[in-house]
Amino acid sequence: MPRGIKDKVAILGMGCAKFGERWDKDADQLMVEAFDEAIGDAGIDVSQLDAAWLSVAFDAVNIGPSGIPLATALRLPNVGVTKVENFCASGTEAFRGAVYAVASGAADIALALGVEKLKDTGYGGLPVRTRGTTYDMIGVSGSAPGNFAQLAAAYRSKHGVGKDDLKRAMAHVSVKSHANGARNPKAHLQKAVDMDTVLNAPMIAEPLGLFDCCGVSDGAACAIVTTPEIARSLGKQDIVTVKALQISTSNGWELQANGWDGSYFHTTRIAATKAYEEAGVTKPREQISLMEVHDCFSITELVTMEDLYISKEGEAWKDVLEGFFDADGKVPCQIDGGLKCFGHPIGASGLRMIYENYLQLLGRAGVRQRSTPPVLALSHNLGGSPIQNVSAVAIVGLADA
Amino acid sequence: MTSENGILAYGAYIPQRRLQRSAIYAANAWFAPGLRGLSAGEKAVASWDEDSITMAVEAARDCLTGLDRAAVSGVTLASTTLPFADRLNAGVVKEALNLADAVGASDQTGSLRAGTSALAQALAGQSGRLCLGADLRKARAASEAELQQGDAAGAILVGQGEVIAKFLGSYSATVDFVDHFRATGEPFDYTWESRWIRDEGYANLLGGAMAAGLAKLGVSGEAIDRALIPIPVRGVPESLARRCKIRPEAVADTLAACVGDSGTAHPLVMLAAALEAASPGEKILLVGFGQGADLLLFETTEALKRLPKRLGVAGHLARARKDANYMRFLFHRGILDMERGMRAEADEKQPGTALYRNRKAVLGLVGGRSKTTGTVQFPKTEISVSPNARAQGDQEDYPLAEKRARITTYTADSLSYSPDPPVYYGAIDFEGGGRLVAEFADCGPEDVEVGREMRMVFRVKAVDELRDFTKYFWKAVPVTSGEA
Repeated sequence: MPRGIKDKVAILGMGCAKFGERWDKDADQLMVEAFDEAIGDAGIDVSQLDAAWLSVAFDAVNIGPSGIPLATALRLPNVGVTKVENFCASGTEAFRGAVYAVASGAADIALALGVEKLKDTGYGGLPVRTRGTTYDMIGVSGSAPGNFAQLAAAYRSKHGVGKDDLKRAMAHVSVKSHANGARNPKAHLQKAVDMDTVLNAPMIAEPLGLFDCCGVSDGAACAIVTTPEIARSLGKQDIVTVKALQISTSNGWELQANGWDGSYFHTTRIAATKAYEEAGVTKPREQISLMEVHDCFSITELVTMEDLYISKEGEAWKDVLEGFFDADGKVPCQIDGGLKCFGHPIGASGLRMIYENYLQLLGRAGVRQRSTPPVLALSHNLGGSPIQNVSAVAIVGLADA
Repeated sequence: MTSENGILAYGAYIPQRRLQRSAIYAANAWFAPGLRGLSAGEKAVASWDEDSITMAVEAARDCLTGLDRAAVSGVTLASTTLPFADRLNAGVVKEALNLADAVGASDQTGSLRAGTSALAQALAGQSGRLCLGADLRKARAASEAELQQGDAAGAILVGQGEVIAKFLGSYSATVDFVDHFRATGEPFDYTWESRWIRDEGYANLLGGAMAAGLAKLGVSGEAIDRALIPIPVRGVPESLARRCKIRPEAVADTLAACVGDSGTAHPLVMLAAALEAASPGEKILLVGFGQGADLLLFETTEALKRLPKRLGVAGHLARARKDANYMRFLFHRGILDMERGMRAEADEKQPGTALYRNRKAVLGLVGGRSKTTGTVQFPKTEISVSPNARAQGDQEDYPLAEKRARITTYTADSLSYSPDPPVYYGAIDFEGGGRLVAEFADCGPEDVEVGREMRMVFRVKAVDELRDFTKYFWKAVPVTSGEA
């Protein structure tokens, strides 16, 4: 059994650009905007960075290949920059690179930065792209809502949930996130919505209506990480450390074999189990203070509550409707507004989630600050589709927790 | 009796949608009020993802129901609407049918008579040959042809052995009678006056050929039990039959009211319909017309009763769905240039190398089965997907096209570009194992639910419009009641 990452790495500083339709900004300007906040927060000089990881998913409408765009935008001191792409989980993947570099001792201070400029496509939703030569001949390159919508039919069928009940629970997910996003100046969408608006919105991919889908936006977020010792030596008092960092990748079992029923995320269950073990969490429903999960679609967030073992299987829809995940509920989910309100600039999202958890742990979340002081905060960052994906779970917490 | 030459099996394919002629007329009456006389009934229209190749594949599969495909030693695809001018269209059909490489294949074209000519040549060839006729007909908006024509495919397997209909002989005549023509690469026919075609073409040329043919075959018109005269013009088959002393009740329905004239395919579709209705011992006269005429004479046998049940013409007619959406029809035929949005701009370039390597999987829907664990999967991979045993390099070919499947997940996607939105797709699980995320065709909201039974069809996956290359793959369609 690996010894894990718990408390070996601290977050020294974080930054997050304003997410939205940033018509007037290029990707490099968004990177600088997020980085300025993070390096100010860290209280270090750029020359102290030993290595960097850059997460970006869509080359074609973005910065192009390699780590060079990050090195150039930030004028990094010729350190190694690794570009990572792991579908929509790319942001957490960049974080993992930086955290592992520090944990190994290869770097004292490392940077993880994610950026995506999605609003240069000319249309809503994610860009259409190839999935590889073989897949393109035999696979269905459906839209993201189309791929995730399929969870609903399988979930209903497996758990005997009525169409209307599930649709209402999904709508509650979105209403809750919009209420949270309305209090976040960095969110793309800062407007509350009501149930009727969500339930009666145009259908995008049955049963997902417009408000069941997260926004599409431009954005950037970043983290500067180091060891807890260096963080203290730099004068940091309240230290947030990484408690667990797990990524699970589909190996084709869901897609090609017959065992998976389509109603859940096989990988999330594996990543969550390993993450709780790494962090020493035995009762997640009691121990996790708050969560930022990959709510690309309302149904994704709903079933993820079960895959993270917060809700019992088949009962997340009831927890949702009872307000368990609301900002004032037992375990708030998307207290910053989530992908729903931030939109999903792919490479940045995983880091944006950790950014909110970091703020909440340090009591710096302003009007959104959770009244009960949080101790352990979980982020879940998912890439791909339910049938074939990359699922990342990161738990950060107060160093002495 | 054991080595007769003749027909071994028949099959048909008729697309599901039946465009109402009244809808075509209603849209065009302001411009061409004279079309009113043709505005009754409906015509079969192929969907955007069908062409002469895919329809031929479906007719062929219907024809081969319950038969050993090793009986097929050659394939002929007759059509005047072949997707490729230089790529063996019948070769694509061969791959889709997962036939052995050691079969012959050829395309036959150039005239609406190509279907009957292919059949006559195959019967003369004394070998097991699958004769296919398919046409996806394209006519200008507000033309008579638009109302008269329909899309379909027919399939006749000929050979020796226990034939369901003995081949009694054929007669052909060739005359350069240009009732209509279409230059290479042009989209539409140019057609001469219908009165001249009726008098000179049907009455004199075809009528004369029928009389000469019957004489050559040594059979009197009275002896014919079913006369298949694929001229879907009111009164013409009846009048031709009268001249040849064929009994009026022997004249077969031309399917003009419910299918329309499917061109090259039509004689074969009518032959399939006749065989599925016939009793043993009936004489069937099949006629083809186009720059001359073909006559073929058959006599059904007792073996007809033993042919495994198939969808056939009747089964396809039963699964018809009425359609009044003329705009969609025009769009699917490429006649109406609609705003498709940026999502339609994706580059569909197909690497020829990859298609060749994977042709069995892509065109034949052949997966793999681990000899060690029995795990079925699509496509084959070096290491089996089975989580229970790490079996490597042990998969044998496992064809999935004829397996039924059930829906595990689904959606109706309104965001992805599709010429026929919303596009339905989802994961399906095959009987006996194997899973595929497939597009669903011929599908509406009432057809999808977890557990719903589906079957596979060969369709156009996408078209590379930059390089004019059609990409084919398999889709799932709901099994309708009546399809056992």
